[in-house]
Amino acid sequence: MQMNMVSAINSALDIALKENDDVVLLGEDIGKDGGVFRVTEGLMAKYGEDRVVDTPLAESSIIGAAIGMALAGMHPIPEIQFAGFMYIAYDQLVSHAARFRSRTRGTLTVPMVVRTPVGGGVRALEHHSENPEVLYSHIGGLIVVEPSGPYDAKGLLLKAVKMQDPVVFLEPTRIYRLFREEVPDGSYEVEIGKANVLRQGSALSIITYGTMVQPVKNAVEKKGVDAEIIDMRTINPIDEATILESVKKTGRVLIVHEAPLSYGAGAEVAARIAEKALYELQAPVMRVAGPSMPYPFPAYEGYATPNEKRIGDAIDKLLSA
Amino acid sequence: MISKAYEGSIDYFQVMDEGGNIDQSLFPKDVDDSKMVSMYKYMLLTRALDAKILSLQRQGRAATYAPSLGEEAVHIGCAFAMRKQDFFVPNFRQHGMYVVRGFPLDRFILYWKGFEEGDAVPQGFNGLSVSVPVGSQMPQGAGIAYAFKYKKRDAVAIAFVGDGGTSEGDFYESMNFGGVFKLPLIGLIENNQWAISMPRNKQTASKTLAQKGIAAGIACVQVDGNDMLAVYKAVQDAIANAKNGPTLIEAVTYRMGMHTTSDDPTKYRPDADAEAWKKKDPIVRVRAYLTKKGLWNDVMEQQANEEQLKQIDEAVAKAEAFKPDPKSMFENVYSFMPEVLKQEEDAAEAANFWR
Repeated sequence: MQMNMVSAINSALDIALKENDDVVLLGEDIGKDGGVFRVTEGLMAKYGEDRVVDTPLAESSIIGAAIGMALAGMHPIPEIQFAGFMYIAYDQLVSHAARFRSRTRGTLTVPMVVRTPVGGGVRALEHHSENPEVLYSHIGGLIVVEPSGPYDAKGLLLKAVKMQDPVVFLEPTRIYRLFREEVPDGSYEVEIGKANVLRQGSALSIITYGTMVQPVKNAVEKKGVDAEIIDMRTINPIDEATILESVKKTGRVLIVHEAPLSYGAGAEVAARIAEKALYELQAPVMRVAGPSMPYPFPAYEGYATPNEKRIGDAIDKLLSA
Repeated sequence: MISKAYEGSIDYFQVMDEGGNIDQSLFPKDVDDSKMVSMYKYMLLTRALDAKILSLQRQGRAATYAPSLGEEAVHIGCAFAMRKQDFFVPNFRQHGMYVVRGFPLDRFILYWKGFEEGDAVPQGFNGLSVSVPVGSQMPQGAGIAYAFKYKKRDAVAIAFVGDGGTSEGDFYESMNFGGVFKLPLIGLIENNQWAISMPRNKQTASKTLAQKGIAAGIACVQVDGNDMLAVYKAVQDAIANAKNGPTLIEAVTYRMGMHTTSDDPTKYRPDADAEAWKKKDPIVRVRAYLTKKGLWNDVMEQQANEEQLKQIDEAVAKAEAFKPDPKSMFENVYSFMPEVLKQEEDAAEAANFWR
């Protein structure tokens, strides 16, 4: 069935709720309102108020209570309305969700999936366009996933709810309704911790994820270059092997993400390439990313967010290096 | 016109006073002589264990330690009122709770020696491991209570917080969450008057800490926290009422020792203050009661002390014989071993873990 990412995630949540009584959704306005992006539309009517829970407006207790539910044998899927409002729950994720397994040597675990919309490009107000993936990726014990389209979103989410770990599931708002693609009605899983080679190529490797996958594909098509495109899909733990394999093949690397350049995921990827494939490189690693600044207000975001043109220019520069 | 939008008050109660005299109208009916003696012995054991770990720390045989001296009645009263299925959510000072609920003493000591293995929760313990970030354990208690209600289990989650912890947002959020969903949740404020160096009167302008529950629309009560029977009764009442929603209990006690071994209370605490509280010692009054009733004497006291010291020494010996396994750090981060973490583990092992 043709689905956009909103319907695909809704379908995944529907299946998760149907398959496992221990799964509950909780968050602000997710019930009657169906969530501010309508991702949870219809699920409260179908599964009841105790499984699709409208919570008080308090993010730390949404995540904290979800941790408690998980410790007590449930598999909660909390939603934080926007990633920009999740900082207040950061302590719960970092100090507890990430650490319970480790601090108790596996005797207490926190199986849960935290869903939150990320990224800009929808002309939203301040705090609604954050790209915080590395804030969570720096924390051992958390898994960080960011899909780039409907098929991956559903499959990754269905995999995430089967895992016994805390997963931070970042949903790019720009992609929610951007396009439709064929998505199976039933259950299927997309592997977590494994990058996806979207396009085989030999001229250069472009490593990206989330909102930047689409502009990268467009830029490559326009330039007509033989690029290998890798969608990381999981930011943490990183699939180093797939990246290194590609670098060995192409010798040229461009990393693209919307999040700020400094200390971004690109820095991690570049460092691993420098450590393990330096002598395979024919040119310095290049990065295209958001500027190292707070995400701008909507009227300015077009000047800041990487786009097809910047990616295309970087491809030219890299291939002539 | 003006009308009263809200009227309320906070009850305070004490069952046993400083001299060991009982208010019969409040005495919990299911506490018989043997239970009283057992509770007393657990208070002694907790205090002896506390003194031992403090001494180990001073000898460099334990890491930073948070003593529980003076607060034993809160833990023992609560632990005895709880049922096996009720769930314990600690911060980091509820040593008596671990002791009564059967947490192996050697593991408890191992925790304070700085090993994660001491934080591993035994099967069927029905409790969490130690939580250090103040207040942050409270929403987890609410979530556990949600799970009990959702699964229709006859169980209550009891989450401990200190007086300082009631200033945290997580404390308010958890009580609010519990109130909204009418959860089987008990918030137990262990008000020991000090948040490291900050006295209770500088922590908040609120007249009681119990009244913080009023804003969440939940039941709240203040009790003498140095009276194990008052704490017992408050927790028992709250469990009986848990199907109607949460209760917030403020147990008024006193931290006779330091916050942790890394601070010196003489720097910020008036000596007279601590002296005055010594008269309210939670153990002394129970001994007076038991002695008066002919249930306890000096010989029994000496015998109990000897037995407990032996038990503690055996636990210390077991904890000190523990052999750490650095691989266990790497192998419990995820439910699976990520390839990149495996590389780090292999490199560390190849370098003999930097030794």
